[in-house]
Amino acid sequence: MTATSPSPTVAGKPEGPLTVAVIGNPNTGKSTLFTALTGIHSRIGNYPGVTVEKKIGTFHHDHREIHLVDLPGTYSLSPRSLDEMVSVDVLLGRQADVGRIDVVICIADAANLERNLYLVSQVLDLGLPTVLILNMWDVAQSRGVQIDADQLSQKLGIPVVPCEAHRHRQIDAVKQAILTTAGRQSINPPRVFPACFYEEGRQLQAQLAEWGEPATPFYVAERMLLDVGGQIETSFLRKFSAQLPATLTAARERLKSSGFRVPAAEAKARYAWVREVLSGVMFVPQQRSVTRSDQLDQWLTHKVWGLSAFVVIMFAVFQSISTAASPLMELCEVGQQAVGGWVGSLIPPGPFQSLVVDGVIGGVGGILVFLPQICFLFLFIALLEDCGYMARAAFLMDKLMTKVGLSGKSFVPLMSSFACAIPGIMATRTIENRRDRMVTILIAPLMSCSARFPVYWLMVAAFFPDITWGGGWISLRGILIFVMTFFGAVVAVPVAWLFKKTLFKGETPPFVMELPSYKWPSPRIVLSRVYDRGKAFVVRAGTLIFATSILIWAASYFPGDHTHLYQLQEQVEQARTSLAPELAERDRLQKLQSEQSGRPEQTESLKELEQQLAATEARLEPLNKLVAERNVIAEHLLETSFLGRFGKTIEPTVRPLGWDWRIGVGVLASFPAREVIVSTLGTIYSLGNEVVATDTGLQQALRDSRRSDGRLVYSIPVALSIMVFFALCAQCVSTLMVIRRETNSWFWPLFTFTYMTTLAYVGAFAAYQLGSWLM
Amino acid sequence: MNTLNDLRTTGQRGRITDVTGDDAVAVRLMEMGLTEDAEIELIGFAPLGDPIEFLVRGYRLSLRKAEASRVAIELI
Repeated sequence: MTATSPSPTVAGKPEGPLTVAVIGNPNTGKSTLFTALTGIHSRIGNYPGVTVEKKIGTFHHDHREIHLVDLPGTYSLSPRSLDEMVSVDVLLGRQADVGRIDVVICIADAANLERNLYLVSQVLDLGLPTVLILNMWDVAQSRGVQIDADQLSQKLGIPVVPCEAHRHRQIDAVKQAILTTAGRQSINPPRVFPACFYEEGRQLQAQLAEWGEPATPFYVAERMLLDVGGQIETSFLRKFSAQLPATLTAARERLKSSGFRVPAAEAKARYAWVREVLSGVMFVPQQRSVTRSDQLDQWLTHKVWGLSAFVVIMFAVFQSISTAASPLMELCEVGQQAVGGWVGSLIPPGPFQSLVVDGVIGGVGGILVFLPQICFLFLFIALLEDCGYMARAAFLMDKLMTKVGLSGKSFVPLMSSFACAIPGIMATRTIENRRDRMVTILIAPLMSCSARFPVYWLMVAAFFPDITWGGGWISLRGILIFVMTFFGAVVAVPVAWLFKKTLFKGETPPFVMELPSYKWPSPRIVLSRVYDRGKAFVVRAGTLIFATSILIWAASYFPGDHTHLYQLQEQVEQARTSLAPELAERDRLQKLQSEQSGRPEQTESLKELEQQLAATEARLEPLNKLVAERNVIAEHLLETSFLGRFGKTIEPTVRPLGWDWRIGVGVLASFPAREVIVSTLGTIYSLGNEVVATDTGLQQALRDSRRSDGRLVYSIPVALSIMVFFALCAQCVSTLMVIRRETNSWFWPLFTFTYMTTLAYVGAFAAYQLGSWLM
Repeated sequence: MNTLNDLRTTGQRGRITDVTGDDAVAVRLMEMGLTEDAEIELIGFAPLGDPIEFLVRGYRLSLRKAEASRVAIELI
C-alpha cells in the first residue's frame, strides 16, 4: 500500500520543465545550495493570503529546464498555521501557482543527521520521488562523524548525495540525482508507525470520501490524526463541523488503547525509526570533540565577555552604517540635485518640468536614498546570520525581550530600526512565530530612525538655548536629542505589551532554538541576500512610494499659475550669473569672518571685514530682492495649492497641538518622508526649498513667525509638540509600503498608520498642553 | 521528579523520561528530539540566567526555563 496514489510519471512529458521543491531544517545550508544551483537570479514573490515568501529559481542541466522552489526552513512538516501549511500544499501539488512537484530535495546537515532525519521521515511519507542531500559533509568528517551514504541510500530507498554546497563541491552530482530521480515512480514510504495507525488513516480517507471529499492524500489524513488542533484539522472542521470531531476523537481513542498515544507517539516512533536507520550506517565518536566553534561559544555566550562582545558588535554595526551609508546617501541627494538641475535646464519651465524635476526625479531620489542603509544593514544582518551569531544574539537578549512579551529574535530587527525601519521590518523574517513577527513589525516604526534627526535638530537648535554643563561635555540640546531618540522606543514597550494582550493574544510561543555551529560566512550567500532585499525594496515597494510622491507633488503644485514664478526664477539665475564675482567675494568674506570671530585680538580686522561685507551685500541687493520676491510667490503658490487649502481646512484639528496651518501643511507634505518637512517649512517661510535643518535663516524664521493675530506661532511647547509628533507618527510611505509587502496585506499598513498617527496626535497634544501649563 | 531545570553545572547529564502535556509546546520539544531515552547535557546559561543551552542528539539547543521544566529526566 502506498501512501498516495502514484502520480503520473514524468515519462509522459520527457522534455518539459521539472519542478523541484527544496526543503530542510534551518541552518543546513539550504539557501547556499539553492544559490549554488540557480545562481543569484530568482523570482521572489508572496504566496497568496499568507506572509510566506515564494522564491523560485531556474537552471538547466543536460538540456532540461529545472524550476527550483525554495520552501521555508522547518524542523517538521506538521502545519500549525496557514503559513506552515504552504509547504505541505506545495509538496502535495495543491499550490496552483507552483504546480505539481516532480522531485523533492531534502537537505540535511551531515554533522547533525539524527535530528535532521525527523523531517526526512515526514517528507518520505508524501511518497514523492525524493533525493536526500547530506550537506556540510566536510564538517561532519572533521568531527569524526562517518556516514555510509550508499548503505543509507539502500535503507531509505532514495538517492543520497554527500555535498559541500558552500565550496560548490558535488553540485553536479545533485543536479544529476534530480534528473535520475525525476524519471522514477513515486516511492513507498517507510512504515514508521504500527499497523493500526495506517488502518485508521485509511478509514479516515474512506470516511472523508463518503462525506464528499474524495482523493484526500494519505498524508493529509495522517496529519489530521496526529496534529491535535493543527492547521489541517482546523480547515477540515470548517467543512465537517458536525461529524469530524467525533470521528477524530474516536479514532484517536482507538489508537490510544492500542498503545499509540497522539500526539506524543509520533516523535517517539519517528526517532525510533531514525535510530534504526542510522544503526550501522553512521558512526559518531564516543567522546564529542570540543570544536573551535564550541570554544568560541564559551566566550561569546559568557556572562561578561559575551555581553561585552555583543555590545561591541552591535555598536560596530551601527557605526559602520553611519560612516559607510551616510556618504552614499549624501551622494544620492547630490546626484538627485545634479540630475534635476541638468534635466531642468533641458525642459522649459512649466508643469512638465516641475513634474519631472520635483515629482519624478524627487520621487526616485526618495526611494534610492534608502538603498545604502538597506544594503548595509542587510550586509551585516546576512553576515551575522550566515556565520551563526544571530542565534546567539537572540539567546543573549531573550530574557530582556520577554519582558515586553517578545522573544530574543525580535532584538536585531528592532535595533536595526534605529537606523531605518525598512530593513528592520524586512529582517523580521527570521522570527518564525507569526504573532511575535507581527508585533515586531508594528512597533519597528516607533524606533527613532535617522530621518527624524533633521526634524529634532531643527526644533532643538531653533528654540532651545545652547547651554552646556561639565566643561562643555553635557549640553541641553544634546540631552534633548538623546531623549527624543529613545522616546519612541520607550513608548513601544507598552504598545507591544498591549498588542500582545489584544490583537495577538495567545500562549507564549516556545523559545526552542538551535544554536548552530559557527562558520565562515559565504560571500555569495551574503551578497545574494543583500541583492534580493535591495531589489525587493526598489521593485516591490518602490513603485508605490513613487506613486505617492507624485501625488503629493501634484497636490502641492496645482492649481496655481506658476508663470510669474518661473519668470522671477529666470531673472534670479541671470542676476546670479552677472553678479558671480560679488557672490564669490561674499562667500570668501563670510568664511574669513567665521574663522576670525571669537578671537578678541582680531577685533580691528573684524570690523574691517564687516564693512567690506556690508559693501558687497549692497552690490548684491538687486539679487537679494529678486530672491525674496520669488520666495514670497512660491509661498503664496503653496498656500493656495490643494495641499495648502487642505492644510487650512484641517487647521482646527491641529490647533490643540499648538500648530498653525503652516505646520499642518508641512506635516501633510512630509507623508512620503519625514525629513521633507524641513524643505516644506523652508518654502512656507519664503526661504526657498533648498534649506537644511542647520540653516540659521530657517531657525530665525521659525522664531519670528507670527499668527494672524500677531502672536508668535512657535514657542517651546510647540517645538516639543512637533518633536513628539514626529517621534511617534508614521510619516514614511516607504515603511508603510514595506509593511504591506511583508504582511502581504493592505490592512496592516493602514492599521500602523492609524495607530501611530493617533499616538502621535495624543502625544503632541499632551506635550503642548503640559508644556504650556509648565511655562 | 527531576526536570531539565535540575541540571545545574556544565557537563551534567540526564536521560529524558517524559515531556509533560499534549500542547504545541510539548510537540515542538519532542520534534526537536527531546523524546524518551534521549540523553541530554547542560552546556550553560545565557548571561541573564535564561534561556539555557543544552546538547542533545549531537546539536546545541536553547530552551527557556519555562520549557525546560516540562521535560522530565533522570540524572545520570
